[in-house]
Order: sequence, then structure tokens, then C-alpha cells
Amino acid sequence: MTTAVETIRDVPFTIGGRSFHSRLMVGTGKYRDNDTMARAIEASGAEIVTVAVRRVDLDRTKEEGVLYHLDAKRYFLLANTAGCYTAEDAVRYARLAREAGFNEFIKLEVIGDQETLLPDVQGLLVATRTLVAEGFKVLAYTNEDLVTALRLEDAGCAAVMPLASPIGSGLGLLNPFGVRTIKRRLTVPVVVDAGVGTASDACLTMEQGVDGILMNTALAAARDPVAMARAMRLAVEAGRTAYLAGRMPKREVAVPSSPLEGMLD
Amino acid sequence: MNDTIDVTVNGEPRVVARGATLLALLESLALDPRAVVVEHNRTIVRRPRLAAVTVAPGDAIELVHFVGGG
Repeated sequence: MTTAVETIRDVPFTIGGRSFHSRLMVGTGKYRDNDTMARAIEASGAEIVTVAVRRVDLDRTKEEGVLYHLDAKRYFLLANTAGCYTAEDAVRYARLAREAGFNEFIKLEVIGDQETLLPDVQGLLVATRTLVAEGFKVLAYTNEDLVTALRLEDAGCAAVMPLASPIGSGLGLLNPFGVRTIKRRLTVPVVVDAGVGTASDACLTMEQGVDGILMNTALAAARDPVAMARAMRLAVEAGRTAYLAGRMPKREVAVPSSPLEGMLD
Repeated sequence: MNDTIDVTVNGEPRVVARGATLLALLESLALDPRAVVVEHNRTIVRRPRLAAVTVAPGDAIELVHFVGGG
């Protein structure tokens, strides 16, 4: 943090017993090349980086695994279950991820609809219960529905991840009230996942008081992913600091900033 | 007796030597055992056991790793 905000004392960003400095988490998908990805992630300041589990390409016509391009000692790798449409599939992918990976954290996705990629919240709850019983630290991608978020917390999630808007849409924070309510009511960390499109979206999201943001496409699909990563780092920091600073109340009338006394006759 | 067997690796038919272990299968595919996770008939086989598990005809083997994702 810069000296300007030294008066703001933040609590550490802790998920599943692990603390992080950066409240920005980033994905590794859809970059035009691996070098751009590595530089964008570095510019984002993120410590938690998501990866997906897929079949090895036996013909080696495509690129090698993401770990050839990413220092697994430097970043905390968070595997996801992206692409899974049933609780059973998601559990299978999570187990494979734990075996491939370096930790027991899993970003749980159970998708319910192909067009919107909105979550299947029933499948999410079933998968969460199974994975928590197996010792996983589950970060559940969900919608901005409070009751689902409460159920996920009850089921033992390490963090609940409501969306800002659909995955890859870049539509920004569509339901600030919903996200704010989830943050207010839950004890576990709330990390907004998906839908952030540009820096103002990230800033507005952090101003709701959530603990962090996870994004991928906003960086990967920017014209200059490295510059956007820097913008997002600043926006997350700005939004968090503004939240901690406490914004002024909104008024629908003007209130002068200069004294009314001392005006000339 | 035929000295090869038919198995499925990552959804595709493959012919492997009869009696081959999972480790031998990885070696035949030039894959580093440290860089992949092996699922054998829906059960994860940890690295130390790869040399102990023999592949049987009709087995389904999945070889996965981490790729870019959000």
C-alpha cells in the first residue's frame, strides 16, 4: 500500500486458514500466448491463480500443461472443476486436481445451463458436502442468491463465490445489493467470481465490502492484458481502500463545500 | 496368445503390450509421471503405485494435467 493509505488498517485476506496479501485472484485461460499470460499475472499482483484439469494431449499438437509456463512455487494454484455439469463429475475432477496439485483447495463449479453457465445450486451443495467430508477446502462458484450462499456456508465451504455477471460476459456487477447482502450475512470469505469486465467493475465490486475478486477473461481478452492486469490490481486496491475508508452518504440535494459566511455584499 | 491388448486412453483406443504397467504405458507415451495424474478405471493411481498396476484388456485410463482455466 502507498503512504496515502497508511491510516487504513486492513485485516488479512484469509481463506481456509491461509493468508494472502492480494485480494485479486486470476485465471490462466484464454490468453493469446503463455508469455502474455505470465506477464499479466505478474502485473496483477495476484497470488492465487486458477487452473483447470483436462486430458493430456497424447499427440502433443497443442501446448503443454500450464505449469510449464507458471512458477508453481511462486503462485498458489487453485484448481477448478470448470466444465462439470453434475456433482459427480465435479467431485471426480476435484479428486484428480488434488492429486495433480499442491493443496486441498478446489474452486467448485457445477454448471446448470450451457448458454448462461449459471450454476446448478443443488449439484453445488451435493458436491460441496462430499468434498468437505473428504477434507477439501471448497470455494464454491454460485449465483448472488443469499439462501444458496447460506446453505453453502452451512455445508462447510471455505469461501463462497457469487458471480458479478455470467462467466466471460464482462457485464460487470449486476446485483450489488445481492452481493452486499451475502457479504453481510456470511462469516466465511466472499469472493466475487466472474463477470468483471474492466477496472471500474472491479472497484465497484470491492466497494461492496467483499473479500476479493477472481477474474480471467477481463485480463485475457483485453487488448493489452498486461496493462489491464495492472489496472485491475489498482482498482481492487482502490475499491478495498474506499470500502474501508467508508463512503460519504448519498444525498439528493446539493450541499455546498465552501463556507456560506464571508461572502461579499 | 496375442502379445498386445486393447485399452482406451483418454477416450481413444490404444494398443499396449500385454502385462504392461501404468508406468510402462506412460513411458511409451513419453509422459513424465510427475506431470500427469493417472485414473485407471475411475480410480486414481498414485505415482508410487504406477509400476505395480498392470493394464488389462478393455481398461479405461485417463491421463490428466493442469491447463489454463478460470
